[in-house]
Amino acid sequence: MSLRIHFSVNGTHKELLVESGETLLEMLRGRLGLTGVKRGCSVGECGACTVLVDGLNVDSCIYLAAWADGREIRTLEGLADGDDLNPVQQAFVDHGAVQCGFCTPGLVMTATAMAEKGIKLTRDEVRRELSGHLCRCTGYQNIMTAVEAVLED
Amino acid sequence: MKTLGKSLKRPDAITKVTGKAKYVADYQVKNMLVGKILRSNIAHGHITKIDVSKAKALPGVVAIISADDVPDIKFQPTGLPIASYPEPGMHADKNILTNYVRFYGDEIAAVAAVDVLTARKALELIEVEYEELPVYLNPQDAMTEGTVEIHPDSKNVLGRNEFTIGETDLAEAFERCDLVREDEFMVNPVQHCQMENHIAYAYMDEKERVVIVTSTQIPHIVRRVTAHALGLTANQVRIIKPYIGGGFGSKTDVCIEAIVASLTLAAGGKPVLIDMEREECMIGTRLRHAIQFKIKTGVNREGRILAKEMISVSNTGAYASHGHDIASKGGGNFFRTYPAELVTHFEGTTAYTNLPPAGAMRAYGIPQVNFAVESHMDDVASALGMDPVVFRKINMIQEGFVDPLKRNMVIENIGLDQCLDKAKDYIGWDKKRKQYSKCQTGDRRRGVGIACFSYGTAVWPYDLEVAGARMKLDPDGTLQLTMGATEIGQGSDTVFCQMASEITGIAYEHVLIEHINDTDHSPFDTGAYASRQCYVSGQAVKKAGLEIRNQILERAEHLSGIKVKDLDIVAGQIVEVNSKRLVISLMDIALKSYCSMELFGVIKSEVQVDVRSTAYAFGASAAEVEVDIKTGRVEILNICNVHDSGTILNPMLAKGQVHGGMSMSLGLGLSEVMLFNDKGKPLNNNLLDYKLPTIMDTPDFGVEFVETYEPTGPFGNKALGEPPAISPAAAVRNAILQATGVRVNQTPMNPQSLFERFTLEGLI
Ligand code: FES
Ligand code: FES
Repeated sequence: MSLRIHFSVNGTHKELLVESGETLLEMLRGRLGLTGVKRGCSVGECGACTVLVDGLNVDSCIYLAAWADGREIRTLEGLADGDDLNPVQQAFVDHGAVQCGFCTPGLVMTATAMAEKGIKLTRDEVRRELSGHLCRCTGYQNIMTAVEAVLED
Repeated sequence: MKTLGKSLKRPDAITKVTGKAKYVADYQVKNMLVGKILRSNIAHGHITKIDVSKAKALPGVVAIISADDVPDIKFQPTGLPIASYPEPGMHADKNILTNYVRFYGDEIAAVAAVDVLTARKALELIEVEYEELPVYLNPQDAMTEGTVEIHPDSKNVLGRNEFTIGETDLAEAFERCDLVREDEFMVNPVQHCQMENHIAYAYMDEKERVVIVTSTQIPHIVRRVTAHALGLTANQVRIIKPYIGGGFGSKTDVCIEAIVASLTLAAGGKPVLIDMEREECMIGTRLRHAIQFKIKTGVNREGRILAKEMISVSNTGAYASHGHDIASKGGGNFFRTYPAELVTHFEGTTAYTNLPPAGAMRAYGIPQVNFAVESHMDDVASALGMDPVVFRKINMIQEGFVDPLKRNMVIENIGLDQCLDKAKDYIGWDKKRKQYSKCQTGDRRRGVGIACFSYGTAVWPYDLEVAGARMKLDPDGTLQLTMGATEIGQGSDTVFCQMASEITGIAYEHVLIEHINDTDHSPFDTGAYASRQCYVSGQAVKKAGLEIRNQILERAEHLSGIKVKDLDIVAGQIVEVNSKRLVISLMDIALKSYCSMELFGVIKSEVQVDVRSTAYAFGASAAEVEVDIKTGRVEILNICNVHDSGTILNPMLAKGQVHGGMSMSLGLGLSEVMLFNDKGKPLNNNLLDYKLPTIMDTPDFGVEFVETYEPTGPFGNKALGEPPAISPAAAVRNAILQATGVRVNQTPMNPQSLFERFTLEGLI
């Protein structure tokens, strides 16, 4: 079954016909070419596919495209303003939080959601907020440093 | 050093945080077919019937292949050992698809269809009947007399080697010791779990060549191996490697390239993509070898090791992959770090079993042997009543050590002693060791532990070590650098740019590196493994850089009349050395090299190097833990790694490597293990049941360096990529020993296994 949905992605309004079983991940990558969204498992285990839906970080691989109807989606591609990276992106670059970069899109999205809430968090709380993301390269250390640097500002 | 030694930012970080970096899945090729592999659902047996007719009839299925449709050629999927080139490899035991299933998940057929659902449906419609054979999951069972041979004439032994170094007879040497101790250890299999699963797509180009875009660490080797497997010449295959999402050794094998190429050949050259699922990737690629160790050490009263012996049995699973090399490398490592005064004996065996194939994984078998040896070192020290640090210091390798296993090379520049001191200070060893040695009785007990390691850089003298680099000065004065070496996340491209800048004097920001490797265009280089890139490929950068620099200065001499030796390149300007006076800008020279009547001649260099040396990296880990006796949970209170990797070329990136390696070692030590039932069926091949360290499990890591200068390295550097993954697990094991008095000789030391041990030992 196909469904017509209306939503915005990175600030642009879209209207699309999607399949009822299609995931948001498939729609973003396949139909909209937003390949910054990564797929590491397809079942909600790794967090690589994280995007923001109405400001909330969700695993787009286990979120139906149809549920995006009427919502505001944000992906990695929409964060920078021209050449100006958003603070989280900049912090990831500055603190060496990027290695292979495959987990990076998801982590940057979650950290952006955290930063935009503007709430002060303890180190343990930061860990908890990021705990839905797996990274095999960094041992998470520079990611923690980058996120904490943003939250402190 | 001007550029090297600084924490410069990665040029690829911006493309990665903005989503512009393209990985294999991000190339959206029109009309790409979806390839899926049919994997066996038994671990050992013959296929008696395979019927693809129903699957073939399904609308949307474009091609189906099984063993009879691919060349009957056996190949070895790895680059190593390459010494046998152009032979197919010492252990060519793999077909692209098989009629004889050797592990649960073996590749028996493949489908190309218009979409994922059709491809999946087609797999379901393929009818397979098996004649099942007994399943062997451990080497002892597989090597028992009279068992079925997984590979013909193998007796299920892939390789065996032994050596004795020292004049004294082993038994006699042990008799001369004041104390002899024997221990057994078991390191269980883990998986790489790089975040990007294996993925590749293939098509035929207009010249009917097979082009494969793949996530690999070794593009040039993939070309050779895949061509061989397909019965083609190397030139008929082209490999392109874009950004890749980690590898850690799992992508130093040809896992899917030959299958996806076969599918495009069967589909008339149409593009076909195989994008593995996580569940599939965790069993259908490679594991880290499970290895059992028996170690015996004899010491005199002063704590000097007189004789030692290690017998190891490694489980390679269904196919050879890297062969026996991984187990045999462990033997050398055992011999070298703490040389015995009289004699060292090693016997290593690698067995075939019906587990998924094991291959290279970060530090190539050394994390396994290190867990065993460093644990055993603590056990011997405690039998002697000696401090583990002191015991190590008495026995550790000293400068001037002559290594008979490495063509009698002399090992110099050993920073191990300083590493151990730093690690000890970091953890507060003297105070805490004393404090925790008081009898602890509560539910939560603490301890500190230590472990050292040594690790060789690159693979010489066992194989050729070659690398290539190309540089070109563009009209705007920027330098274009093309490497055959592969960036896989570790940051080598960044450091190559730093090296190029250092040598040429061209600003770091003006060195642009090509991130994509393409066997049609990239210089020959064997790729990313064995912590070789900065050491081996770095020499190619250095050589090419010197040539470029010379060419630039010769032009400047021609223009200015000032001799080359009196000129220098500083931040994009050619200056006179003494007066620092500007002679001409680099941009001027560059532009003239493209269009001046007088000075035409593009400034470029292309070099190949072959490096006939190796260098040893060293280091130590120290850990402080708190063990919850009732639950078996281990909390890391503090942990550090101290590395002697020669010169540190980019501290920020180097620390990043250390963090990731430490996390990987803690995974191996504390939580990760691939589980199978008695039929060889995987039980936890997903990221939920397989306990990859999460951010919640991961402590803060202390990282320090002891910078020695390694004269054989291009800039004084030696291995850094793999070493961090070696010693933390053993340091934690030894800390658990101090905290609880229990010797845990098996990984993972997870709550379940510790709970069982503590119950057995009467602690609970
Ligand atoms: S791909 Fe969505 S959580 Fe892994
Ligand atoms: S940077 Fe590679 S998985 Fe996180």
